[in-house]
Amino acid sequence: MTPVRIFVPQDAAAASVGADAVARALAHEAAARGLAFDIVRTGARGMMWLEPLVEVETHGGRIAYGPVGAGDVAGLVDAGFHAGGAHRLRLGAIEDLDWMKRQSRLVFARCGVQHPLSLDDWRARGGLAGLKRALEMGPEAIVDAIQASGLRGRGGAGFPAGVKWATVRDAEADRKYVVCNADEGDSGTFADRMLMEGDPFQIVEGMIVAGLAVGATKGFVYVRSEYPRAFRAMTQAIARAQQAGLLGDDVLGSRRAFRIEVRLGAGAYICGEEMALIESLEGKRGMVRAKPPLPAVSGLFGRPTLVHNVLTLAAVPFILAHGADAYAAYGVGRSRGTMPIQLAGNVKRGGLIEAGFGLSLREIVEDFGGGTLSGRPVRAVQLGGPLGAYLPETALDVKFDYESLSAVGGMLGHGGIVVFDDSVDMARQARFAFAFCARESCGKCTPCRIGAVRGLETMDRIIAGENVEANIALVRDLGALMSEASLCAMGGLTPAPVLSALRHFGVDFRARRTREAGS
Amino acid sequence: MHTEAAPTSADFDEMRARALIEPLKHLDGAALPILHALQQAFGCIDARAVALVADALDLSRAEVHGLVTFYPDFRATPEPRRVVKLCRGEACQALGCEALVEDLAGRGVVVDGAGAAAVESVYCLGNCALGPSAMADGELVGRLTPEKLARLCALESEGA
Repeated sequence: MTPVRIFVPQDAAAASVGADAVARALAHEAAARGLAFDIVRTGARGMMWLEPLVEVETHGGRIAYGPVGAGDVAGLVDAGFHAGGAHRLRLGAIEDLDWMKRQSRLVFARCGVQHPLSLDDWRARGGLAGLKRALEMGPEAIVDAIQASGLRGRGGAGFPAGVKWATVRDAEADRKYVVCNADEGDSGTFADRMLMEGDPFQIVEGMIVAGLAVGATKGFVYVRSEYPRAFRAMTQAIARAQQAGLLGDDVLGSRRAFRIEVRLGAGAYICGEEMALIESLEGKRGMVRAKPPLPAVSGLFGRPTLVHNVLTLAAVPFILAHGADAYAAYGVGRSRGTMPIQLAGNVKRGGLIEAGFGLSLREIVEDFGGGTLSGRPVRAVQLGGPLGAYLPETALDVKFDYESLSAVGGMLGHGGIVVFDDSVDMARQARFAFAFCARESCGKCTPCRIGAVRGLETMDRIIAGENVEANIALVRDLGALMSEASLCAMGGLTPAPVLSALRHFGVDFRARRTREAGS
Repeated sequence: MHTEAAPTSADFDEMRARALIEPLKHLDGAALPILHALQQAFGCIDARAVALVADALDLSRAEVHGLVTFYPDFRATPEPRRVVKLCRGEACQALGCEALVEDLAGRGVVVDGAGAAAVESVYCLGNCALGPSAMADGELVGRLTPEKLARLCALESEGA
């Protein structure tokens, strides 16, 4: 009897709502009934509200069921789900679901579909094509392709990737490095984690191509310690890639060397900042360095270093394999390609949406997300993590791309959108922004180190109703100072959530006593 | 040295610590991998371990102490209780993580403080579409309710 292939995610988010227990229950049920199930653990598809999401390979294609609890497994087997049988949890083919049909999955094409550590599955689904093409092209043409694709840094700053690649390529040095920033600390973001757990070879491939293009022989992946599954997946993927000759002294017989090491962070948010990350990789405290020199000129161990977020590097194989034009065909204006958008917080259908730039926030929050999980009206969204602005519900018609968001005072950041319902107290959110900065500041520059604490104290006075207008003026003044004078984005952007909350939700800062008395 | 009052790891074993440090000390930027290994083995990095790391990496003890205090994952004294990391980032705030903190207080557990269980605040576990979230023993738990969190903190016994 041919075993039935059943796909159960081992993604940390899926596991957080019981996917491991479902896999155990399936194995138990198969043994008890003498059924042959081949249980394949995959990454997640990104439809988090349907997790644990189980798929079955049938003659008519893959059929999904979800959300499946361990307690549902016996009933599913009774219903013949392993042949695609009818059941209240049956969703049909994932590709036919509206949520998926409206996406353009270039970077997340394989995530959730296959076993993350099977090189054969990866190759069968297009893996390695980008690297093979890169080896034929040579460094100049690779950098040209990245430039032509319009790819911009997906970590938050949105800097043109091709410019960075050309700078590192042109720098003269005995050694150069590629650093993959997988210190995904922004609340509301999880795309890096999903991809590391679901398709780690794609990240490895992107790093190798980057190494070939800029002349680096060593890569580091810096994974935050809050992501133990991602750390294991990357470690194992690199070991397998090494065995298969993708990494080592002679990458695929090219006589070019490239090796990768994975390093574990240690709980410091600031290490997501590229200079602090470099210090941390060097074995020091994660303190920000003043720029210039840019890391592209003098980075890790003083050598030219290409630092990119996971998602930037993961877009590289597609660009090489399918051409810069194929990538640039997605998106709008100067925001080319696709963005893995992460919809999070108080939202009915949260998850990973990869689409060309240019969807409106309203399409994302209302059409994909289905509104709030609590069922109450949406009041605010925060874009781009703890350093990103809050926008009111009335601003949701803005398009989700670098320039459009910037025009309304927002920031695309790493693509996270956190939804809040009307129970949110925006003065408390502003207070939190300062509290977070006070906790996570590396302490190197005064505006950030002292400003965050003073801001927190001032917000406490506003919340207590003391001299509200004077203290609001003080917060504005402090915000301007932190923006102008901080060394990095930590202090420089902490005022963004504070001042946007003040601008759009001033009522939460003023007349609090009246409000609280009335509620 | 004024370390008499500070609790130290009961499990500390100098031979074992040296054996952990030795294969890692030649890595580029070896400090964090070594500190992770020691933290995992002994539950903390106390003054004895700090001295060994400083010696192996040719750093001052002050520099190594600086690393231990800078990075939240490393602790200078052991935490005998099982640690539950509760996410208090914005995405979990949007789903009421602060109400969970209040509920725990009602059960005698002060987050980042005293009580029967060690519950520490963290800011984002990467489970932002399925919050509120916590992590214990390296595993994420999503869609937390007060009851689920209490079980996780072993305030009530939990099954598999």
